[in-house]
Amino acid sequence: MNTIPTPAPQDAATPIVIVGHVDHGKSTLIGRLLYDTDSLPEGRVAQIIESSKKRGLTVEWSFLLDSLQIERDQGVTVDSTRIPFKLGKRQFVIVDAPGHRQFLRNMITGAADAEAAVLVVDANEGAQEQTRRHAMLLRLIGIRHVIVFMNKVDIFNYDQKKIEAAERDITALLHQLEIEPTVFVPASAREGDNMASRSDKMPWYKGPTLTEALAAVPAPSSRADLPLRLPVQDVYRFDTKRIVVGRIERGRIRVGDEVVIGVHGAKARIASIESWHTAPQVAAVAGQSVAVTLEPDVIPDRGDFLFPADHAPLRAARIRTRLFWLRQEPLRVGESFRLRLATAEHQVTVAAIDSVVRLEDLTEHPAEEVPPEGFAEITLAVSETMLFDPFVPGTADGRGVLVDRNQQIVGGAPLIGVAESVAGRNAIHPTGSAVSLWDRAQAKGHRGGVFWMTGLPGAGKSTLAREAENRLFARGIDVSVLDGDTLRAGLCADLGFSEADRRENVRRAAAVARILAESGQVVIVALISPTVADRALAQQIVGEGFHEIFIDTPQATCEQRDPKGLYAAARAGKIEGFTGVDAPYEAPEKPDLRVGTTDASRDETAARLAVYITDAIRLDATAQRQTS
Amino acid sequence: MDDLDQLEAQSIFILREAYRKLKPLAMLWSLGKDSNVMLWLARKAFLGRVPFPVMHVDTGKKFPEMYKFRDEYTKKWNLELLLGDCPPVEEIDPTLPPAARSAARKTAGLAAMIDKYKLAGVIAGIRRDEQATRAKERVFSPRGSGHKWDVRNQPPEFWDQYATPHEAGVHVRVHPLLSWREIDIWRYIEREGIPLVDLYFSKEGKRYRSLGDQDITSPIESNASTVAEVIAELETSRTSERAGRAMDHESEDAFERLRVAGYL
Repeated sequence: MNTIPTPAPQDAATPIVIVGHVDHGKSTLIGRLLYDTDSLPEGRVAQIIESSKKRGLTVEWSFLLDSLQIERDQGVTVDSTRIPFKLGKRQFVIVDAPGHRQFLRNMITGAADAEAAVLVVDANEGAQEQTRRHAMLLRLIGIRHVIVFMNKVDIFNYDQKKIEAAERDITALLHQLEIEPTVFVPASAREGDNMASRSDKMPWYKGPTLTEALAAVPAPSSRADLPLRLPVQDVYRFDTKRIVVGRIERGRIRVGDEVVIGVHGAKARIASIESWHTAPQVAAVAGQSVAVTLEPDVIPDRGDFLFPADHAPLRAARIRTRLFWLRQEPLRVGESFRLRLATAEHQVTVAAIDSVVRLEDLTEHPAEEVPPEGFAEITLAVSETMLFDPFVPGTADGRGVLVDRNQQIVGGAPLIGVAESVAGRNAIHPTGSAVSLWDRAQAKGHRGGVFWMTGLPGAGKSTLAREAENRLFARGIDVSVLDGDTLRAGLCADLGFSEADRRENVRRAAAVARILAESGQVVIVALISPTVADRALAQQIVGEGFHEIFIDTPQATCEQRDPKGLYAAARAGKIEGFTGVDAPYEAPEKPDLRVGTTDASRDETAARLAVYITDAIRLDATAQRQTS
Repeated sequence: MDDLDQLEAQSIFILREAYRKLKPLAMLWSLGKDSNVMLWLARKAFLGRVPFPVMHVDTGKKFPEMYKFRDEYTKKWNLELLLGDCPPVEEIDPTLPPAARSAARKTAGLAAMIDKYKLAGVIAGIRRDEQATRAKERVFSPRGSGHKWDVRNQPPEFWDQYATPHEAGVHVRVHPLLSWREIDIWRYIEREGIPLVDLYFSKEGKRYRSLGDQDITSPIESNASTVAEVIAELETSRTSERAGRAMDHESEDAFERLRVAGYL
């Protein structure tokens, strides 16, 4: 092997995220920046030029980033990309974040670790929905250094007054979010004005060019001098030693230091710092992944913080958080999640939605639910007392993340403080089950699920549901049927047939179906549920594992069958608001399954339904995912 | 901490996270420079041990030097080695271009091993800077039924929180080297003294910059015969690392198609 002296240490690359509304010029900016700073590998330039030619276009800098075929087909950047680039001796990594609304989670994936952000705003269009949304996110993920890149100022003929007016609007917006923009750069990415070299068309502008602004981004501040936080990642037993491992999030440790362990508060000393293939260590600082032994040999749990006795984190069982919600369905009070904070995981329930941000003007309002990809302040009730530090930009403090039962991330939840319990307030504490869905599924040999049958009166929903129930039960599947008449005889006996009552009927059926499905059952619901909105409500309540099944029987057939004599009664004017006669039925456009009942025997149809259900609840079936 | 210290600390954090959350777990060992660095990082994370098996998916077409290296270091480093073979090329999707089709054998071999050992996690040494499609990856990348990579529906990943789904038929590809660049790998090899197959070093004016199967990998013109010389060469090079890998260049989407199907 070679024995060559170690090269001089280098600073780590500074991550810079580029955000902004779709078509305001992010990709062009990046392509042009790489070109102007001579940062393109030859292979890629050649590829771009070739690609552009093949498509009969002049060189389009944004193609550089659209490296996936699907992106070119759609003309939008799907996922964030990281591109290294150099200014003088300093290394940067550009994180490109997409402007398309439904790809918010990709943007966060790219932006969360950035040191600074470039917010690209089309000078002519000004702040758009994505500009506001991205600015909001910059605040929530704690990016303090924001460069506003006022793009396409060539449209204003580089006119100072117009550009400065546009600048004032953006400043006002950012101030609303408590963001102080570091600098405004009036520029044109396509023309190269104020990118890497000063534009001669705006002699009035004395501020930095984009590259000068980037070069002035401060290096990440050291977390080494803050009080210690070492979250335990794991505990190993190697040979005779018990070894506690984790990454120091802030502060430092030295052999001999006394630390407090987790919420139980046991004390111990750092007895040794273990390592392999390094010089013996007696100290370590923030950022390092360490392995230590403790004296006395206490056994911490994963998630326990090690901290100094005189600088303890906060303790609480109710916590206020600023939420950015990533799920495609709304969030409601009462939902339960796991809250991850560093390596800890706690069972939490949404105890209150305190306010929701209205994106049109970024004001906060009371609301019943947090919309998909919305922002809100919520209160979480934790199942036990937990330790946390309030969120501080530029540190790992308070970086809460909500995950669902399948360990999928559904939201970011910066922890902002201890929540007071207010008497008389809508404070509920539903308990979360310690038995996971997967445990239940394995015990039963199948998943739970809700198969929501919709169709006209007399379409054969209840009959088919019962037939399928028989077949599934015979195969050992834990199945039950909720049908409209049974529900109305009991649970919904207080409801009539007004629009509000019908909707309440659907809501109750869906809520019961969800509880049963969560206990691992297969639930077949047979309910007319005539409107698209009814079924959307049911799907929202049930969440994952909802299947819409359309029993597609022509009305003439239904009316001819008329098993309960209801069509006849409706035609005779004895019943009002009867679906199919004087109330509309909105057939589903894209049901998960469409079942015709006229061409096949009842047996065949029930068999087909049973096969569909059996397939959907198999243990190895891919869980239904959220799609945008 | 310098940049290599930071990369090392982050990779160790990722490896420990994978070991804690994904069982059973295995690491792919392709015998190339990146997977040697990855193995080295595992020994750092677990204090000289590798507490999970390493897997070599053998296409049967590697260079003889690579097989010799494998056998030598399996013993030296006390590794639990799992070997898997690949189906003949005739069984692979004939619509793929020839080199991609040959590379796809490895995907099939890997899939068979994941199924055989019912793996919940597979650690792989891919990097973002290698190839545009790999730049889109997550550190923890769940693969659903048929091992498919659902590139349009990737989970969010931020603040060092990773998706660790518990579902039958789903495994997670873990990528501890995702943020490393080629030159970081070489500087780390130099700093730590990590052994490599000598095909990476120049003989008669040629060396391999990236190692794959013999028939679809070609050497580059180079006089770099030591690690330091390779680093010096990379500091001025402007061609891409995988320029010598035939399957990357056959058609615009060939590599993405390979990756969606489960290729590394």
